[in-house]
This record gives sequence, structure tokens and C-alpha cells, in this order.
Amino acid sequence: MTSFSRAIGAEFAKIGTTRMWWILAAVMFGYIALLAGGLSALFAGIESGVISPDAAGSGSQGLPAFGSLPPLIYSFASSIGYVFPVLLGALATTGEFRHQTLTPTFLANPRRGQVLGAKTIALFVVGALLGVVALLASVGVGALVISAFDLDPLLGEGATWALIGRTVLAMAVWSAIGVGLGVLVPSQVASIVIVLAFTQFVEPLLRFASLFTEVTQGIGNYLPGAASDALVGASFFTIAAPGGTAGAMLEWWQGGLVLLAYAVAATVIGYAVSWKRDVT
Amino acid sequence: MPDGAVIEFSNITKTFGGVTAVNDLSFTVEPGRVTGFLGPNGAGKTTTLRMLLGLVAPSSGSATIGGIRYRDLPRPLQTVGAALEAASFHPGRTARNHLAVYAVAAGLPAARIDAVLHTVGLSDHGAQRVGGYSLGMRQRLGLAFTLLGDPGVLVLDEPINGLDPEGIKWIRGFLRAMADEGRTVLVSSHLLSEVQQSVDDVIIIAAGALVHRGTLASLETEAAPRILVDSPDRQALATALGQAGIEFFTGRSGLLAAAPDTALIGHIAFLASVEVSALHRERRGLEEAFLALVNGGAPTNGIDSPSANADKGESR
Repeated sequence: MTSFSRAIGAEFAKIGTTRMWWILAAVMFGYIALLAGGLSALFAGIESGVISPDAAGSGSQGLPAFGSLPPLIYSFASSIGYVFPVLLGALATTGEFRHQTLTPTFLANPRRGQVLGAKTIALFVVGALLGVVALLASVGVGALVISAFDLDPLLGEGATWALIGRTVLAMAVWSAIGVGLGVLVPSQVASIVIVLAFTQFVEPLLRFASLFTEVTQGIGNYLPGAASDALVGASFFTIAAPGGTAGAMLEWWQGGLVLLAYAVAATVIGYAVSWKRDVT
Repeated sequence: MPDGAVIEFSNITKTFGGVTAVNDLSFTVEPGRVTGFLGPNGAGKTTTLRMLLGLVAPSSGSATIGGIRYRDLPRPLQTVGAALEAASFHPGRTARNHLAVYAVAAGLPAARIDAVLHTVGLSDHGAQRVGGYSLGMRQRLGLAFTLLGDPGVLVLDEPINGLDPEGIKWIRGFLRAMADEGRTVLVSSHLLSEVQQSVDDVIIIAAGALVHRGTLASLETEAAPRILVDSPDRQALATALGQAGIEFFTGRSGLLAAAPDTALIGHIAFLASVEVSALHRERRGLEEAFLALVNGGAPTNGIDSPSANADKGESR
């Protein structure tokens, strides 16, 4: 085994020997299952006539064709769940600073760039696994509820499975972004605050605001969350957008590249900012 | 049996901001001996050791193990074992898993984990999370990490801190055994008394600079001699010493004179017809000699000029 493959093995061992990954996976599963189940019941209920549109409120006519309901629900795995792989990546990285485990880590492997690369690869893979867990919640629960209303969950469609595959990829890249953020902002508390504030508040607000003019919309497409939704191919945002401007999203591969660029940029800058510094 | 290697510091300097933590330090540490690396807190010991281990980049100069910088060692954990002062553990990980992470990184067999846990007496606590460990147990786990790769060079920063008397006794025997096997053992401490029973050589730094190096015994013999002399008529004795040009000061049990031997002082008293009630060479303890050195005492003859071995480390 080369020292690089040993380094990747060590990073997997670090994740597997603490409880954080499964706590995050469990919370994520519950959160997504609840939203996917609840909203698919609501929309499928309206669609199938079980719930009358009047009872659902006046906003129902703002929703586009209900034929797109399954992909919308399934995309919750990443559009809502992406905060969890980011948190896992950031916690795995900032934890090394916080618990001073950088010392034994760099004693065991003094090639620091190699260690950071190994951490990124390990968390990319674990992020993909979180993606699978998130999809079990959104597709598993969502399809069950949609079927219960005698609607087609579209599980036979190639497009649905393409969305599922791209969701796994998006979650993996988000986890790598978390690693990049962790080296960029090594303070664990600051990192967590940034992740939560940005993903839950700042970015949704920016994305929504950017939709009102064409110029800002072009810029807004390059926000990480928008790029992620473009990669996956469906999003609550694009459907809730004023004027239904879903067509203005980036292509899925463009979104993927933009998301990847965020991960690479954060990691490379973070390497210089904190990772190669003196460990005292 | 792992081979010890020579540790060599060559004109190593580290400045943090504008502050010089380590200033042009040069010394070597030989295999088969326990070397004490001493100095008061803040003298630069930890920074020096971290530079040796590639954790802190020197501002200038170099530190090598067997002629190789730590960062260039092909198998670092199998070459050098280090236990640093900071408790570097994830509290949620068990001791066994903590060691397993680094065993994987270094390509060491899992059997080494049980072996080192047994060596440090933590076999029964391997499955316990480190967060619940006492300070003494953490020190032992730090030592277990040190021994993981069965290295020929051991670097221990303040290993005795926080150990109970039994643990201290154990580690003294442990250091001796390691050196007797031919390993290089470098142990830092801010208290000479803590390590004086185990070390063969001492390297003493103060304010980031070398103030003494040599064998433990050299500390005592090279301390400036003092003669204690007393008389029923101290005033007359003081006058006589003053006239003879001997520097002295008044201590609790007599006058302490800076003179090489008792005969000179006896002769001076005899010439001045002063009765002498006490006259002997005062033996200064190791601790006192150590404190004199680190508290800005003049460097003794034991110190080599740092430039004297500068030619050795510059070949890389």
C-alpha cells in the first residue's frame, strides 16, 4: 500500500470511530422523511382530489403541473439535505484542530497535502453514502405516499433514476465543500455557524432575491445551492420562483462543475490558510 | 531491534511574529543514552521539539534524525516516536480506535495496538472512550502512541507531568530500558529533579538559547565553587577577605566566598589572625546549579560554541 492509500484508510477510520456520521445520518433521514412525506401527502392529496384545492389555500394554482411532483419530492434529498454532508465535512476537519489531533495525524504522515487529499476523498465517499440515506428518505417515503394516493411515483422513468444518481454526486461534492470550509475556517463553532446561517438563511434569501431581475438571476445561478439544484435537476426553488423561471437554471453538468469549483477553491485556499501552518 | 539514530539540531531558530522563541540552537542527541532537555517553562523546549518533528517550520537552521528531516522520513512512526504535551485525542474515540487510526496511516499491523496498550498498562481500558480518561491515563496513551511503530528514537515532552508516584517510577525504568536497548531517548522537563534519576546527559536552554550541555555530573562539577567560612568575629573575617580581594557575601551560617579552594581562605584568616570556626567547600546541589544556569547565570565552560558544530549540519 502506498502512503496515500494508507492515508485514505486512516481518514475512513477517523470517521467510522466517532459517532458524528450516524447521528447526522439519522437526523437527516428523519428531517427529509418528514418533509417528503408531509409535502407529498399534501400535494398528492390536492392532485388526486382527496384534499380540495380550496382547503389547501389560495396558493395552489401557483404550483405548476403536478406531473412534476415526484422529482420535486425526491430532490428534497439534496435541496434540503445538503446541509448534513457539509456539516460532516466541516466537523471532520475542524475537529482535527479542536482536539489537536493534527499532531498525531501529521506525525503519522508528515505529507500534509496528501492527508488533506485523503480526507477529501474519504468524505466524498461518505457524503455519497449520506446521499443514499437521504434518497431512502425522500424517494422511499415520497414514493410510498404518492403511490398511496394512486398517483405514479415515476420510478420506472430513466429521468427519475438519473436524478437519483446526480443527487448522490451532489451530496458527495457537498461533503468535500465541508472539508474545504473546515480548513478555510478552522474554528469549529465559526464553521458550524457559517454552514447553518448560509445554507438555511443567507443563500435562500439571496437566491430568492436574485430571481427578480434577469441580471441577478444569472449571478444567482452560480450560488452553490443553485448550482447543486441544477446538478440534481429539480428544486423547490425553481418551482416556487416568481414567474416560474425554472428554465433559466444551469445545465446539470455546469451546475456540477460550479459546485466542484467551490470545493476545490475552498480546499486549496484553506490549505494555505490553516493546513500548512505550524501546529503548536 | 530498532536502531537509535542521532538527533541533530543545527543553528535552528524560530521567531513567532517578532518574538524569538528559539535562537540559533545547535546540539546533538546520541543513541543509547537518556538525554534530558531542560529549561524553565517558556524557554522554547516544546517549539524546538515540534521543529524536530516537522510540526513547526524553523525560521532558519535544520533539525534531522539520522541526517533526514522528519518530513522526509519514509516511515516516520517506525523511526521516531513522539509524545507531546498537548492531549491530542478525540474524546469520543476509544483508546484502541485512537491508536488504530494512526496504525492504519503508518501501515502498522493491528497487533501493535494490543502490544503497546499492554506495555503502558492500558489493556483493560482499550475499549473505553478517551474522554473519560484521567490525566495519568492520557499520558500513558500518549506513550502508547509513541511506541506504536517500535521506533529507535523517542521524543517525549514533559512525560512525567500528571503521573502518580507509581507512574513516575515506572517511566523512569522505562526510559532506562529504552536507552539500554540502544534507542535514542530525548526527554524534556522544566524540573531537573523530575528527570535527574534517569538522564545521562543534559541539555539546558533558557530564553531559547543553549546555556549548558554535557553529562549530568558536569552540572555539579562545573558550577562555580564557593567556600563557606565563619568566625566568632565575622567583622574581622570580612575585613580580612575584603583586603585580600576575595568576593564574598554573608549567608545564614557564615560568609560565602568565591574562591577555588579552602586553603586560600584559611591562609588569609591565618595571616589576619582571625579565628576560624568553620571552613569548607560548599557543595551546590544539581537543582541549584540548574537554576543558576537558567536564571541568567553566566554560561559555564561546559557549553560549546554553537558555531563549533555548525559545519556538521549544513551538508544537506
